[in-house]
Order: sequence, then structure tokens, then C-alpha cells
Amino acid sequence: MLSTDNDILKAAEAWRKEGRAVALATVVETWGSAPRPVGSNLVIDEQGNFLGSVSGGCVEGAVVTEALDVIESGKPKMLEFGVADETAWKVGLSCGGTIRVFVEKVE
Amino acid sequence: MQLDVLAVLNNERAARRAAIVVTSIDSGKQRLVKAADIGDDPLRRELAEHLRNGKSGMEETAEGRVFLTVYVPAPQLVITGAVHISQALAPIAKLAGYDVTIVDPRTAFASPERFPDVKVIAEWPDKALPPLGVDRYTAFVALTHDPKIDDPALLHALSRDCFYIGALGSRKTHARRIERLKQQGLNEADISRIHAPIGLDIGAVSPAEIAVAIMAQITERLREEPEVERPRGKAAS
Repeated sequence: MLSTDNDILKAAEAWRKEGRAVALATVVETWGSAPRPVGSNLVIDEQGNFLGSVSGGCVEGAVVTEALDVIESGKPKMLEFGVADETAWKVGLSCGGTIRVFVEKVE
Repeated sequence: MQLDVLAVLNNERAARRAAIVVTSIDSGKQRLVKAADIGDDPLRRELAEHLRNGKSGMEETAEGRVFLTVYVPAPQLVITGAVHISQALAPIAKLAGYDVTIVDPRTAFASPERFPDVKVIAEWPDKALPPLGVDRYTAFVALTHDPKIDDPALLHALSRDCFYIGALGSRKTHARRIERLKQQGLNEADISRIHAPIGLDIGAVSPAEIAVAIMAQITERLREEPEVERPRGKAAS
């Protein structure tokens, strides 16, 4: 089942109410060609389960890792991902765009 | 985000009401502004603009740098006609994120066996449509070929400012429809909002292909820039 933006926020609320620690990631800025529009959400729990997307699957792994940090510290983070550097095996966007992602804990 | 803010936001979304979350980039402070309360907010100018175009984004404001996450209702698709095309169109629209409702008073058509997992209402449009909250986030498609069912539904969709209105039928059928609707008091501007023949011109033949053409045209309307008037595709009849 594909998850719509609506399902993602409902999941965030349901997960939190179940007692799971939850973080919400939101695409806040994009430059150039970006796979998901500004406002797209990804919800992550403390186990690393996630729903939704902030890119075409290119940087979700890194966002989840950072989200676990945010869940632990409670402090929001602004992440930026640019063009992938294939030789360096760094996380990035193969589409050539840049995105900025705000990650916050659901308190 | 605070859980209670998230809960209120989800409530608003379930009730098909728009809302905006304002996040201060520097402090991380957040507030939820319901669409109805925008006039009382210090950032009402920025909020109103973002609500109008439905887009989230960053803004430099008197409060500093803020991110506005705009939540407009999920688009819904209302179809008259529990017909063959609807059997393909309903699942396609669901995948694309639409809440789908089919209205058809002919109970032989509007059966759960023909439409598993779709909300089907076996009532006449005058009874079935008002409770659905047809609005500007709604696409309406008339597929019965029966004026007794399609015409009143089209009048309802036009009065509710649907972002997309389409009606199945050849040019000839549509010409007769226009005559009938004019007798009901509609003017040229109203009638020009009806996409007919329905769907983008992709040479669709089978019911499923026509459904793809219709979904493509709905998507085009949903995603177009409000200021830009684009030429309309013509296709299946």
C-alpha cells in the first residue's frame, strides 16, 4: 500500500500514542531538480521504522540515522543533501538537486 | 512538534479543512493556524498567500525565518456512474491519493461485488452528493451517459467550484448536454469548465485506458500553476 501524506501524519500520531519515540522529517527547501516537493514528510520511530519519503529513496537512510539522534537529544536538526559524489560513496541525490530537511522530535 | 498540535492537525485534515504549521527556523517554535483563523494571525498575509497556492515554503517575516507547512485536504474524486470505466478509474485514483466515491442510483450497477473497497452510494445525486462535502479540492467525473443522473450532478459540481469537472460523451452528446444545461441557466463560462470529451488525448480505447486518460487530465488540472491557462486535451468519448 502506498502511503499518502495523510497516512504519514496519522502514523506519527498513532505511533507516538502507542508510546514509541517518534521524529518527523519535512522537506523545507529544494534547489534544482528534487524528487519530492517542499512539505513532504517522513516519520521515523526509535527502532528506525519509517513511512513516507523526502527523496526518491536516495537519502532516507541518512535522514533516519539523523532522526535517531534527534529522538535521543530532543533537539531539532536541519540537514542538507546535495549532488551525490559517487567516488566518495557519500549519501547524495543522483538527480542533481539539493534539498534541506528539517528533523524534529514529536514530543 | 507537540503531540497535541499533531492531533489537532490530523483532526482538521480528517474534516477536510486546510491548516498551516508555522515553524521558526531559529528557535524551532511551532504553532498551528487553522484556515479559518488566518485572519487573526500576525503573519496573515504570508499565510493567506501560501494557502491560496497550496504550497509549503520558507518565508522571511517579522518573526524571522519561518517554514510554513501547508496542509490542504487530500483531493477527493466523486464519480457518477458505477460503470466499466469507473471500475478502473477508482483504483487508479486511490493509488494517486484520492478519496473516491461513486454515486449511481441503479442498484444493478452500484453493487459491492463490482466495486470491492470503494465507497459506492446507490442513491440519486440530489440525495447522495450534499453530504460528500464536494469542494475546490474535489474532482468530479460524470460517466453514466444518462442526463437524469449526470446533469444534476454536474450542476452540483459547478456550484461547489470543483478543481476538475469532466463528462463522458462524444462531441454530439456534449452539444446536447450544453443545450440542456443552458436551459437550467448556466452560461458559457460555467460550461467551459466542463472537460468534454473527457480525458487527455492519448488515443484511449478500452475502459481502463480511458480511465488513465481521465486520471492524467485530473492530475494536469491539480498540478497546474493557477495563473497559467493551459490548452485542454481532448480524447475519449
